[in-house]
Amino acid sequence: MYKFILPFRYMFKKRISYLALLTVVLCVFIVVVVMTVMAGLVEDFKQKNHSFVGDCVLGTESLVGFGYYEDFMRELASREFVQSVTPVIRSYGLINVKGSRQSRGVEIIGIEPVGYSRTTGFGEDVYYHRRDVANVFVPSYNPELPGCVPGIDLVLERNSRGEYSPPDSPWRLGLAISSFPLTPKGALSKAGLGLVNTRTFYYSDHSRSGLATIDSSAVFLPFDESQKLCGMDRPIKRTSFLYIKFQEGTGLSEGCGKVRSMWSKYVSAGSGRPAGYLLETVAVQSWKQNRRSFIAAMEKEQTIMTMMFILVGITTVFIVFVVFYMIVSHKSKDIGIFKSVGASGGDILQIYSIFAFFVGFLGSVFGSLFGWLFLRYINDIEAWLYGRFGFQLWDRSIYAIGEIPNRLESGLLLVIMASAIFACLLGAYLPSRKGSKLRPVQTLQVNQL
Amino acid sequence: MKKDGVILNCGKLFKSYRMGTTKIEVLRGVDLELERGGFTAIVGSSGSGKSTLLHILGGLDKPDEGAVEFEGRKLNDFGGRELDKFRNKKVGFIFQFYHLLDELSILENVFLPAMISVGFWGWISGRRVLKKRAGALLEQVGLGHRITHKPFQLSGGERQRAAIARALMNKPEIVLADEPTGNLDSATGNDILGVFQKLHKAGQTILMVTHDERIARKASRIVKLQDGKIKDEGG
Repeated sequence: MYKFILPFRYMFKKRISYLALLTVVLCVFIVVVVMTVMAGLVEDFKQKNHSFVGDCVLGTESLVGFGYYEDFMRELASREFVQSVTPVIRSYGLINVKGSRQSRGVEIIGIEPVGYSRTTGFGEDVYYHRRDVANVFVPSYNPELPGCVPGIDLVLERNSRGEYSPPDSPWRLGLAISSFPLTPKGALSKAGLGLVNTRTFYYSDHSRSGLATIDSSAVFLPFDESQKLCGMDRPIKRTSFLYIKFQEGTGLSEGCGKVRSMWSKYVSAGSGRPAGYLLETVAVQSWKQNRRSFIAAMEKEQTIMTMMFILVGITTVFIVFVVFYMIVSHKSKDIGIFKSVGASGGDILQIYSIFAFFVGFLGSVFGSLFGWLFLRYINDIEAWLYGRFGFQLWDRSIYAIGEIPNRLESGLLLVIMASAIFACLLGAYLPSRKGSKLRPVQTLQVNQL
Repeated sequence: MKKDGVILNCGKLFKSYRMGTTKIEVLRGVDLELERGGFTAIVGSSGSGKSTLLHILGGLDKPDEGAVEFEGRKLNDFGGRELDKFRNKKVGFIFQFYHLLDELSILENVFLPAMISVGFWGWISGRRVLKKRAGALLEQVGLGHRITHKPFQLSGGERQRAAIARALMNKPEIVLADEPTGNLDSATGNDILGVFQKLHKAGQTILMVTHDERIARKASRIVKLQDGKIKDEGG
């Protein structure tokens, strides 16, 4: 019992204990806040990437695309584990606001809006047609005109708070989009002055996916129109990708494995067809594999951040070590007293370990509590700082993020708390061990022989 | 080496310390026997080795040569755990500077040896009885009204009385007192010696070391330690 009473008294009677406690509180607070924000940003980014392509991507990075996709789509759609499947053309072109002399490169994304919305989060990304996505390519000012859905940053300005001010309805804006049509063999299908296909589309809605590359340089077009524009409508109809969404409960690797196996059989069965060689270029990937190049950078940043916090942890261990070394040195007389009344070295080790546990436990509880409070009001604090001093953590006119993520993950919190307690036990171990090895006569009778 | 009625004895005890390159021989072949129920005082000047001898007899330190026997068993043969138990149950230490724990109340200081002795669950089940005994011991040394006080709130004499109560908590076979009045004025010192004499009358074995012969005369047996050896004995 004294092993609990004494550490508890040491905790609240010694000023130096408060120093150790404060160190742990600060470290836990910083780690909780930064890891939560960082993990939130990474998770949000992953979610947006997942939402952009569905669960599984079957396709090719070749701009030529691949044919015979319609039969395979039907076959996929008939399977129980598939919820929806949609073809997507992805190619590159030039965009020119009608009347201006400036052109810029864009990514052309050809979609069937209803199927694409079922498979991805597109239906939630558009602004004017959120409840009527079937008509997303129908401009409200003239339904006869061919519509397009540019990324939001192509048509609207973002202010420093990350907000846009879209008009009540899309304004009449003609966008001339040019593409270089390719033959199935990859050669330019046209020559001379007619080298490119150009067609004017009209702004019918805009998309805000939250992915900077898509929102600032992609334009969604009707599938058939983009097929023609990119020369993928003949001699056989081609697409770049099939995006697939699995039924709930289907595991990602399980679903992708099934699609891969189906595709392999489909390719074998259809060998010898005209331009059948294009099917060989097709790969089946999960959304994570498909978006790896984008996600990997964020994950790497998160890893670097974690490494930095390991350094913070090491610093904490060292500070706790120093504090406990001082406490043990200061309390060596107490150790002598304990031993003189029969306490063992193990008992001494336990007393200081329990003391370290108290420091770690209380430090992690208070650090987490302050972290939680700070995260709860982090957006309000940032808004206040911006209003008062013009300071913004992330300039929303540059970074495509909305609110700072502040959802505290209980799993992450438990890991941080356990790490803090472990760091305290580790930091206190050597001084405690030194204390436990002290001979009582060294501490009780220093002045007498 | 063992005799009937002898509770603690030692033979040919040697102990030296190093101070830099100098070797200081503190004990140079000490032989001593303590009878059960006796009140013995070891007298010697400062640096004569009396505290070192007391620590070795109480298992707080080890001799370079020689052996200490307690009830016929050599302390050298005791394992670490056994030696801890010996200090906890068989011996009660009283120090010149009281050595009470500042974080604990006087009552808590007194029942600390019992807490160590009975362990966590033993304390949970038997704490009322043990607290009662600690309270009774404090009453016995005249501190019944000070049980909730912290050591720093007590005078030197009161602290030493508390230390005596702590030493008696586990009903030890022998009380080892190291200059128990060395830090007290003469009146308070006499009070403490009065307590010792009462304990002796009640049958408690006591070994006290002091540099003051007047204090030593209160004991039933006096042993003089000079230059690391027992010089003569008186009674």
